[in-house]
Amino acid sequence: MQQIINFIFKNSIRLLFLLLLITSLTLTIQSHSYHRSQFVSSANDVTGGVYQRINNVKEYFHLRTQNDELAKENAYLKQLLYNKPDTVIASTELIPRGYEDIKVIQSKVIKNSFNVPENYLTLNSGSKDGIKPDMGVVNSLGIVGIVEKTSKNFATVQSILNVKSQINAKIKKSNHFGSLIWNAKNVGYAQLIDVPRLASVRKGDTIVTGGRSVIFPENIPIGKIDKIFIDKATNYYTINIRLFNDMTNLGHVYVIENVKRKEIIKLEEETKPDE
Amino acid sequence: MNSTFLLNIFRFVILLALQIVLFNNINFLGFVNPFPYILFIILYPVNGNRAGLLAASFLLGLAMDMFLNSGGVHATACLVLAFFRPSIFKFAFGISYEYQTVKIADKFSPERFSFILIAVLLHHMVLYLLEIFRFNFFWEILWRTLLSTTFTLLLCFIIIYLIKPSKR
Repeated sequence: MQQIINFIFKNSIRLLFLLLLITSLTLTIQSHSYHRSQFVSSANDVTGGVYQRINNVKEYFHLRTQNDELAKENAYLKQLLYNKPDTVIASTELIPRGYEDIKVIQSKVIKNSFNVPENYLTLNSGSKDGIKPDMGVVNSLGIVGIVEKTSKNFATVQSILNVKSQINAKIKKSNHFGSLIWNAKNVGYAQLIDVPRLASVRKGDTIVTGGRSVIFPENIPIGKIDKIFIDKATNYYTINIRLFNDMTNLGHVYVIENVKRKEIIKLEEETKPDE
Repeated sequence: MNSTFLLNIFRFVILLALQIVLFNNINFLGFVNPFPYILFIILYPVNGNRAGLLAASFLLGLAMDMFLNSGGVHATACLVLAFFRPSIFKFAFGISYEYQTVKIADKFSPERFSFILIAVLLHHMVLYLLEIFRFNFFWEILWRTLLSTTFTLLLCFIIIYLIKPSKR
């Protein structure tokens, strides 16, 4: 017994080091391996509050581009509004009852990141505003990411610039599906993999979100085809996509909730064992 | 509560705040950010409490991880640096370390330079290794480590020699 106590006493520094090392390594490996497993995230009151303050100042530097973007989107929406067949119908009655599948919550990015392989954004609205994990995040130009974790006032978003992110996407013209990933090389480009060889793809074709995802509605713009590679081993295309969105300059975003998502997932889970 | 203890707390807070508000937003070439917050570990008193240093560096790294959503990457890197600090001291300063007469923030000398260089290099290597965590990005890891190390080193020296003389 005496010896054990002596040993612990003599090696206390080393033991403390090992203990802390194991803790931190566990956190690291967890954040790399599993979906949504971060204990340590910026969606808490302290870090979120700090980023909110910083953003209050930084916002002013991007006001012009943000305003342009919002004005452009407004013009587009007005165009839709004025071109509808009957201008008398009030906007609240545009969507028939029972068909309100998609809910949109307005939010703002207060912390952006794009310089590491696993990028996360922080939004300034959280569960208080109705944001839940696995909701889609878009802005007027296109897709941004998926909500990963929420607290009362803040939410973290897994950016599409994250090597863990995998989003169902399709070629708008031909409806061929693929998965959108990021190879951590360039912030302006993402990759579409697993597109079958019989799809006709051409440079400049538009890529949009596919309908197989329960997170994003169909046909949200992602980007344009920039380069096409043929994967010799698998007979699939790997396509380089120039993103519509400038991921280094994000401001106002919309969080999209698919109201029927739970129903779809539940149904799919019930079906699976019988396959 | 002596003054070194207070000074260390002060350093901890100020460096962390500077890192988050300023240095994390530099994004040189799109991905290179300096990490001068490790000055806290480098400048910690030579004969200070080792367990205290380990715990403080762990907390410092964890705080960084919280802000950057990076799991435990910074915590691990800081911890490794804090643990191997005495060995780096021995390597860089040789025998004079044994007599505990080393002052890091003093006049520029090859020993001090090599100490800070090795410390920064070790921290960044562990950091990027864990952050990227994939072996097919090997050259990426090396490239990022190299660029960031140069950047951090430069900033560390600037901070040390800008701030130190006024305190004496």
